[in-house]
Amino acid sequence: MGVEPGRVHFSWISSAESTKFVDVVKKVTEAVRAVGPNQKFVKKELKVA
Amino acid sequence: MIAYTDKIRDIARRLLKDCRVETVIGFRNGSMPMMNEPCFIKNVDDVDHLIWDGNCGINLANYLTNRTDKIAVVAKGCDSRNIVTHIIENKIKREQLVIIGVPCKGMLDKRRIKAMAPGEVTRVVEDGESVRVCGAGFEKTYPRKDMLQANCAVCIHRNPVIYDELVADPVPEQQNVDRYEDVRAIEAMSAEEKWTYFENLLAPCIRCYACRNACPLCYCPTCFVDESTPQWVGKSQNPVDVRTFHFLRAYHCAGRCTDCGSCERACPMGINMRVFTKKLEKEAFEQWGWEAGLSLDQRPPLDTYRPDDPQDFMK
Ligand code: SF4
Ligand code: SF4
Repeated sequence: MGVEPGRVHFSWISSAESTKFVDVVKKVTEAVRAVGPNQKFVKKELKVA
Repeated sequence: MIAYTDKIRDIARRLLKDCRVETVIGFRNGSMPMMNEPCFIKNVDDVDHLIWDGNCGINLANYLTNRTDKIAVVAKGCDSRNIVTHIIENKIKREQLVIIGVPCKGMLDKRRIKAMAPGEVTRVVEDGESVRVCGAGFEKTYPRKDMLQANCAVCIHRNPVIYDELVADPVPEQQNVDRYEDVRAIEAMSAEEKWTYFENLLAPCIRCYACRNACPLCYCPTCFVDESTPQWVGKSQNPVDVRTFHFLRAYHCAGRCTDCGSCERACPMGINMRVFTKKLEKEAFEQWGWEAGLSLDQRPPLDTYRPDDPQDFMK
């Protein structure tokens, strides 16, 4: 699709695994920050001449 | 092809006369060359409208959804696989159907024929292994195998997988076909190249939804693109909305698409949106060894759980 690798993550976390949840969120945040702000799937404002 | 047509008419006549079915769904000549249209025959006197040739690319399984009558339906390989999918998804009952199987030799690519012809095409005649294309002041003959639709050129299920009557002996299946050359080429691109590739691919899309309407899998009473509360996707021509429509529709076809090519054939802009569904078809094959619509006894991978389901993408 052209979305950068590192922007989408999948994980399986039970409601009892709070520490895993925290770990995953940290990792995901870091990874996404490294990729930078999303430019894809963003509607650009129309340029009016 | 004439032999096919005669046989289809004979079978249809017999089924209607014996009241085995109320309706026969097949093809008749369209008002333009290479544009055969689906037709519903209810009366023995109309049976001679039915025809068969290389322009019957629209998938007739599309017309079976939620029907309650007894129907005979003409089905080539891919149609029969979509009929199987319809049956396992409870959209029609096997008992309602008499399937008239057509061993298929591939459908003609009307766009390629039009592009190669030096003028307006007024008539296309198939003659065994060749195709004669006629128009004002020209007549050209091409080998039939060079004029096939892209999906038919790599088809490995030409014979119907399920049928009650067969109009001819099964045709040999194509061997050693590389089905996914095009998908691999896209997979090899970088994220940026992919983005641009799809942007260009979808740029001509006018969102007429002909691709969705021609697809037998797209039978939801209200499609997600038409819903307004909530509105899942913008209704504009903005490339983001267009892309969202296409890739979500493709995902809804994951593990179900038979690569029948109806969607691409129906598109007025000639967009090859099959690259999306084909990628998912490849995925279903590589992950679960699944090819859609081959058997009535197997549940599709996306509605069953198996302990050994691949999950490498889960972290
Ligand atoms: S049929 Fe073609 S133009 Fe119409 S919505 Fe589909 S891709 Fe777009
Ligand atoms: S998505 Fe296209 S190729 Fe796949 S089943 Fe639907 S119409 Fe056929």
